[in-house]
Amino acid sequence: MTFRKYLVLAGVTFFAAAGDSMLSYGMKQVGSISLNHLSSVILAILNPWVAVGILLLLAFFASYMTALSWADLTYVLPATSVGYVLLALIARFALHEQVSPLRWLGIALISGGVGFVAGGPALTSHSHEQPCDTDAHPAAVSSGVHS
Amino acid sequence: MIHVYTWGAIGAIVLASVLGDVLVARAMKQVGDVHVLWEQHGVWTIVGRVLRKPRFLLGVMAMAVAFFSLLFALSWADVSLVGPAAASLTFIGNAFAARIFLHEKVDRRRWIAAVLVAGGVALLAG
Repeated sequence: MTFRKYLVLAGVTFFAAAGDSMLSYGMKQVGSISLNHLSSVILAILNPWVAVGILLLLAFFASYMTALSWADLTYVLPATSVGYVLLALIARFALHEQVSPLRWLGIALISGGVGFVAGGPALTSHSHEQPCDTDAHPAAVSSGVHS
Repeated sequence: MIHVYTWGAIGAIVLASVLGDVLVARAMKQVGDVHVLWEQHGVWTIVGRVLRKPRFLLGVMAMAVAFFSLLFALSWADVSLVGPAAASLTFIGNAFAARIFLHEKVDRRRWIAAVLVAGGVALLAG
């Protein structure tokens, strides 16, 4: 794991958290959308918060794909769930919202999980070294599992 | 009866998002290390390679299905149930799917991490 790879994981976390917050803030301004007026979904994009939120989520997806090109899915997912913790901390200390004891427990559990997975290797699969045709081949499957 | 529908919707969201994550992860492993590709060939080579992977396009479609099933589920079911349940079950489902389909070595460390994060997400979102 190089510094640049940690930076990409931080990007996944940050862009997801920031994108979701902006999108939810913007959608609250837009108001509820009924199934009979689906065209109002298009108009929602005109809201600047929604537009920035979508751009941030695109940045999230790009960094998520970058991370998946050199790390396992079971490494990237827990590592980037730090975003949930980040959102709760922002809610508590920046927005001064009340964070219940159960939520603090949730934050502790996620942090513990992230600590567990971050201590191990980022990449355990070697499937990218095999040509795509061997995907369903039993020999390739078994060698992958025990590698 | 409403429980059956709600859990059916949660199941659909979890299935679609696990499928999407696994397909995209698989496609990106085939594309190769993006950092190396960027230095050697530039960004457009990466974009071209990614878009030519059918698995990637299928994965994005599955993610879109997951997103719209979530929207529909939220329109008639309880947010406080559907959101956390779908998010945390997706973590567990991804651990199984990564082991079976991506041949990742999901050892005890990663199982504990998946279960802890799933529990934490359920508590945070609930």
